[in-house]
Amino acid sequence: MVNPNASRRTERLLNLVIALSATRRWLTKEQIRRAVPQYDDCATTVAFERMFERDKEDLRELGIPLSTGGEDVLFGDEQGYRIDRDAYALPDIAFTPGELAVLSLASRVWQQASLAGPATRALVKLRSLGVEADESSLVGLEPRVRTSEPAFEPLYAAARDRAPVTFEYRRADGEPAQRAVEPWAIVSWHGRWYLVGHDRDRGASRVFRLSRIQGAVRRIGKPGSYEVPADLDPRSVVGATVRERAPQAAVLRVRSGAGLALRRRARSVEAADLGGFDEVVLDVSDVEAAADEIAGFGADVVVLEPEDLRAAVLRRLRGALAANGGGSGVPGAGAAAVQGGAA
Amino acid sequence: MSGRASTERLSRLLAMVPYLLRHPGLPLAEAAAHFEIGEDELVRDLELLFVCGTPGHLPDDLIEAEWESGKVYIGNAEAIDRPLRLAVDEAVALLVGLRTLAEVPGLHDRDALDGALAKLSAAAGDAARAAQSLAVDVRVDDTDPGAAEQILATCRAALREHRRLRLRYLVPSRDESTEREVDPMRLLTVSGRWYLEGWCHRSEGVRLFRLDRIEAAEVLDADGTPPAQAVSRDLAEDLFRPSPDDVVVTLDLARQARWVVEYYPTESVEPAPPGEWAPAELRVRLRAADTRWVRRLLLRLGDGARVVDPPGLAESVKDAAHAALVAYGG
Repeated sequence: MVNPNASRRTERLLNLVIALSATRRWLTKEQIRRAVPQYDDCATTVAFERMFERDKEDLRELGIPLSTGGEDVLFGDEQGYRIDRDAYALPDIAFTPGELAVLSLASRVWQQASLAGPATRALVKLRSLGVEADESSLVGLEPRVRTSEPAFEPLYAAARDRAPVTFEYRRADGEPAQRAVEPWAIVSWHGRWYLVGHDRDRGASRVFRLSRIQGAVRRIGKPGSYEVPADLDPRSVVGATVRERAPQAAVLRVRSGAGLALRRRARSVEAADLGGFDEVVLDVSDVEAAADEIAGFGADVVVLEPEDLRAAVLRRLRGALAANGGGSGVPGAGAAAVQGGAA
Repeated sequence: MSGRASTERLSRLLAMVPYLLRHPGLPLAEAAAHFEIGEDELVRDLELLFVCGTPGHLPDDLIEAEWESGKVYIGNAEAIDRPLRLAVDEAVALLVGLRTLAEVPGLHDRDALDGALAKLSAAAGDAARAAQSLAVDVRVDDTDPGAAEQILATCRAALREHRRLRLRYLVPSRDESTEREVDPMRLLTVSGRWYLEGWCHRSEGVRLFRLDRIEAAEVLDADGTPPAQAVSRDLAEDLFRPSPDDVVVTLDLARQARWVVEYYPTESVEPAPPGEWAPAELRVRLRAADTRWVRRLLLRLGDGARVVDPPGLAESVKDAAHAALVAYGG
């Protein structure tokens, strides 16, 4: 279980934190090397410097603020290091047991996702303030996000650091193209992750679906290279792009006892004169999405209007017939009548 | 990766010292429970603290740690006696998590949520800005959000009170509405959708119910404690377990239907063999509990997909499309 190398590394980092925060003066690298016994493991100065660089990175990741500076007389060109104890400490906050319970639930949102580590560490820090959580009102509630797309981590980090990136993006029609983007925000919308940002080649804001990003995300500029619009509401941007136009009413003929999902959302359902069918009126905002769903019901649901929805369903049915061995023969006069309207 | 493990542990140690300084003489078991680790792990942490200290590392420089009596005492740790502030990613994770929760309908403790958000934003400082770069939308998506929130609230009440639920549940793949009694286990969101997990008395197994397909929910007087054999699914695994009764179907997908492999779990995906069906780009094998679902999928895909196997399914898609076209014509 206990890896001796990992333990030694933890000891080294802890001694480093203590040494840098106990000192009132700036410590040079050489002084640090002497102050932390585990740096004896390094046979050469080069090996020590490499290890020290990695350790500094680890401390930054944990939120430990490392100040650099020095008194010119003593140091010449060399930098000194120390930890400012006021910048180190969590401000005095007093969470109530109920608030801590909500925070605990908030950290579990990431349990299956890429920020799981930071979320857990954050909670451990807050719990060290000494309040016990009261979770009784949150029993059984588990909001979760997933970040299975490989592009999530580099894009989140780029948006956080305001660093421009490039990646290969496959459009909905399948054609891949290289894009250069200033990431503004990453948004989970209806279970999918999107990037909102400024597309440099197109000179305009764009929305990208993370699952369509292929291969590596590479940075093409320094952190802090651009500003994010102050009034940006990334969720509305994604919502407006992904979502549909204003809804229109569709009139459907639906077999009794069928089309339950459509009936549930219907504006009205009336028994039509046609034996065994009802007339269902439904708000449709995305014709293609509605046609997908309606085509799936086959003969149980027939679109009476609008014409573009009717044509979209017919196009699918004819396509399915032809692709599955039905030839291209199209039965029915009504079908032929709308052929001109189909895209 | 020992790197990740050692920074996690360092983070815990830096949280542990201030906590133990504020709770001198805390029983070992309680301290371990607080940090959600085992007692032996806590002892290993204390052993590590015990050999660390200020430069010089003479006995007087080292952290004092005492636990032989079963109670934990810490001393001589002034350099790290205050809790460490939150790192940027840590603050982002919690702030975005809280904002996500703020959208959960019927979450009781609104005051606690607002309070936590305000205090955390203040404590996070600059990191609060970074939290703007990440947003999660879990809002219930339904044409009737009021009804959806009502269902969620009913399920939460049943969970809290350990009572059984009666559900009317829509099964779209069969275009059927079903009645069932369910002992609720938990409410979760996966990929932006809410699910109720519970022991279903009708199928005598653990089932996931999509909340937007629950047509009606009622809390019953009956006790709703799930039987001992009801075990929650591991969310790290795929939620939708294959069943031995599943049918495996083989489809050819044209370019416009490639999205199918992103949406549904597949058994295999490979380039379509050339020369069999001109538009085909991918040949995929899908597992389906019900071939009616596959028939629906093929109807919506239109000329973007065809059934390769089983042949009877291709026949049934063709018949369904033909019947529908007749309905339009007549």
